[in-house]
Order: sequence, then C-alpha cells, then structure tokens
Amino acid sequence: MIHATGLTRTFTTKTATVDAVRGVDLDVSPGEIVGFLGPNGAGKTTTLRMLTTLLRPSGGTATVAGHDLTTEPTEVRRRIGYVPQGGSVGPAALIGEELELQARLYGLGLPAARERVTELLDRLGLTALAARPAASLSGGQRRRVDIAMGLVHRPGLLFLDEPTTGLDPRGRADLWDDIRRLRAESGLTVFLSTHYLDEADALCDRVLIIDAGRIVSEGEPEALKSGIGPGATLDDVFLAVTGRALREEAAA
Amino acid sequence: MTALIMARHYVRVTMRNKLALVFGALQPVLYLVLFGPLFARSGAGSWNVLVPGLLVQLGLLSAGMSGFGIVFDQRFGVLERLRVTPAGRMSLLLGRVLKDTLVLLIQAAGLILLGYAFGLRAPLPGVALGLLLVLLLAVSLSSMSYALALTLNQDLFAPIMSTVLVPLLLLSGALLPMSLAPGWLDVVSRLTPFRYVVEALRAFFAGGYTSADALVGTGVTLAFVVAGVAVGTRRFQHENA
Ligand SMILES: Nc1ncnc2c1ncn2[C@@H]1O[C@H](COP(=O)(O)OP(=O)(O)OP(=O)(O)O)[C@@H](O)[C@H]1O
Ligand SMILES: [Mg+2]
Repeated sequence: MIHATGLTRTFTTKTATVDAVRGVDLDVSPGEIVGFLGPNGAGKTTTLRMLTTLLRPSGGTATVAGHDLTTEPTEVRRRIGYVPQGGSVGPAALIGEELELQARLYGLGLPAARERVTELLDRLGLTALAARPAASLSGGQRRRVDIAMGLVHRPGLLFLDEPTTGLDPRGRADLWDDIRRLRAESGLTVFLSTHYLDEADALCDRVLIIDAGRIVSEGEPEALKSGIGPGATLDDVFLAVTGRALREEAAA
Repeated sequence: MTALIMARHYVRVTMRNKLALVFGALQPVLYLVLFGPLFARSGAGSWNVLVPGLLVQLGLLSAGMSGFGIVFDQRFGVLERLRVTPAGRMSLLLGRVLKDTLVLLIQAAGLILLGYAFGLRAPLPGVALGLLLVLLLAVSLSSMSYALALTLNQDLFAPIMSTVLVPLLLLSGALLPMSLAPGWLDVVSRLTPFRYVVEALRAFFAGGYTSADALVGTGVTLAFVVAGVAVGTRRFQHENA
C-alpha cells in the first residue's frame, strides 16, 4: 500500500536549513494499521505530508496506493484520505456544507454527496451539529469533523496525524473502535502518527519509531517490547532507541 | 466543472454574509454619492466619465483584496484539505475567482444603477461591454491576489495590498481623468496598466466601441487575465501553497 525509499525533506528558511526527514524507508501492506511514533519535531508530519502529495520530497521515491507519488499525484489523491494534525475547517464554516464540498471534490454527484454526508455525520455522532459553524464545536467534535473529511470518499488508505490529540478517553476509545471496524469492513489501511504509546500498543499491528528524521526502530509492539526485556513497555522501547523518554518530549 | 462546484460552495457562503457584499462596494458608492456631484459640475467630465472610473476602483478593491480570504483558509488547514483531493489545481483557483467575479458583478450592477439615478446616461451596449471588461479585470486581479496572498507573509498581505492599490488607482485616472494631469504624471500613468482599462471603459460608455482606447484597454485586460490565471495556477500547484 505504501512503499517508500530514501524519502528526505529539507526546509530552507531565512536563518537555517532544517533536515526534517533524512532518508525514510517504509513499507505498509494492505489492511495494516501502522503507528508512526516519535517526539515533537521528529519528522512525522513532514513524512505524512510528503506521502499525501502535499509536500514535494527533496529526495527519494514512493509508491502510495499503487501510484507513484511524484508522477501520478492525482491518482494517489483519489485513493487516500488525510486527517491533518492542525484541523481542516475554518471557524465560520458550517460543517455539513464543508463535508458536502469535500465529497463533491472527490467526484460524488450532489445526491450521492448528500447521502454520504448524512451517513458519515450519523456514524461519527455529528448529525445534530451539521448546521453549526466549526467555531461553536468542542475540540473533540471538531476532530471528528476532520476525520469525517478524510473518510468522505471511502479511501482505501487513511493517513491520520495525531488523530486523538484533544479527545477524551472515551473519544479515543471510540475512534480506535471506528478504525478497527473500518478495517474489518472494508480492509482499510491506516498509517497514523501518535505521541501516545498506549494508542500504538492498543491499535497498531506494527509501529515505526522516528527520531530526528530517521526511522530508528520498527516492529510489532509485542516484539519490540520483548526485545528490551520482560515486562517492558513501549516507553522503555522508546527510551532504549532514542535515549529519551517520549513522555518528557511530549510534555516539553 | 470542479471550479463550478467550488464556486457554488463559496457563493453559498458569501450569500450568508450579504453585508460583506455591501461593504466591499462601499468605497466607490461613497465616491459616487459624495464626490460625483462635485465631479459632474467641476468641468472634469460628466457622470459618463466618472462611473467607469468608479467601476475600476470597485474592481481593484473588491477583486484585488480577495486574496485576504485565502490567508485564513491557509491558516486553518482548509487549503491543505482541498489540495489533498484530486480536484485540479486550476479549478481550486478558478472556483474562488468565479465567486469573486460574481460578487463583483452584483456590486458593479448596483453601482451602475445608482449612477443612473444620479445622472449617468450611457448607452446600454456600452455599459454592458464596460461591465464585461470589469469582470475580466476582476478575474485577473482576483487570481493575482490569491497568488500574492499565498506568497507573501500572511500578516503582510492586507497592508501591502491596500498600499499598492492606492497609487495604482490614482495613476489610472479613475477618479479624475489624466487629461488634466501635468506631463510627468501623465507619463507615469501610462506606465501603469489600469489607466488603459479606465480609458477603454470610458470609450465604451461614450459609445466608441471600436476606438483605439477601447481596443487597447481590452487587449491590456485580456493579457492581464492570461497572466493572472497563469500566475495563480502556478502558485496553487506549488507545494507550499
Ligand atoms: N515549513 C517548514 N519550514 C521549516 N521547517 C519546518 C517546516 N515544517 C517542519 N519544519 C521542521 O521540520 C522538523 C520536523 O517537523 P514535523 O512537523 O515533521 O515534526 P513532527 O514529528 O510532526 O512533530 P510534532 O510531534 O510536534 O507534530 C521540525 O524541526 C520542524 O521545525
Ligand atoms: Mg506533527
């Protein structure tokens, strides 16, 4: 589903150049749920934005959902959904209207778009909020709107950038259930970044740990933990591969 | 097609906020009401000379500032959400531009009607041609405005744009014809594009549909449309847009 080799991205600002991603190799199989773990600034969002055609890689190649990232970006876009870290609707926008627009941009006709939006709103518990401006929603509700945006065209591959940040424990558990259910129903492949090790542990078939732009470890959560020792947690794994505790980074 | 879907969405959003439509046209309307009567008696020209100028002023202010909207879309992640869909990059731009052009059409029609109430007496075909030219101008200005908004520092767009538009407006002769200008000002004015648009509009309003002014101004506007859409689309394709 995703095959990337040597992805790099360098940002040039007025004062400095930042090597945000320094040679990332990735392979994600259809139907997998893969977690992308790393501290602040590790390069998670940058990698996701490259894989979703939003940012041109400085180097490396990738095939996403069967199509080459740089030569067939439109084909890639048709097949993927993306839920960005920072939100996707303006404060004054009515969420029902925005979702309808999004569905139509993916090629659905007006009746089909409306039907799909109704269904999605219902599924994500947003029906009562359809005519409300985004500014009037709670953080968790807004997050669910972002997720609806990424699912509106039933993509086969979904990229989620810290999807559960800002959700309460119940909201997180619900989202995990939703992701598992989508995978079970339609074989959805999911690539999600997170700071939460328990999330990776509970949801992901496999995790990749990225630090300073490089993948420093990867494997099934169980295998990674047992590699450290009996009773180890993903925190311990993280500490062992990066020399730092993720919790401190996330708190910093 | 996609551009129409986008435009329909933006029109829906705009119509919810009709007051903004009125405010966008307020400045030329104030000139018409509070400056027009002076202008008409000053010997500088009739209402047929002033109204075309105010239409260009409207175009510059309304379409020229339209990039402001995208600054917010960029800040709130809306732009990335649109860019991750398969929609053509040019459609993403043209949808907005179409909406801006429609807004301008409504505003310009209102301004012209108001002009008639005050004493404008231009032939209808000339007014229609003039309106068309202003709409073309809006297409180019709005495209360039988006391109600039995506290029400039977000906080700088509004101050820079409004500062750039004022001299261009003054130099176009929209408010007072450049025939009154001293030689040096006339020369500087001829180096700016909107002068030709204003003169073409005045020619249309005077019934000179194939006069040199009309043809040159139309040519300049069309060149602007091509350049504006090309620059805008390029900017929308750019990875950081
Ligand atoms: N547009 C940009 N210009 C300059 N530097 C950038 C840009 N975008 C990201 N960076 C830098 O690239 C590095 C990686 O950023 P990225 O957003 O990918 O991190 P992340 O892993 O998603 O972090 P977080 O967990 O905080 O979301 C950071 O050092 C960041 O400052
Ligand atoms: Mg990030």
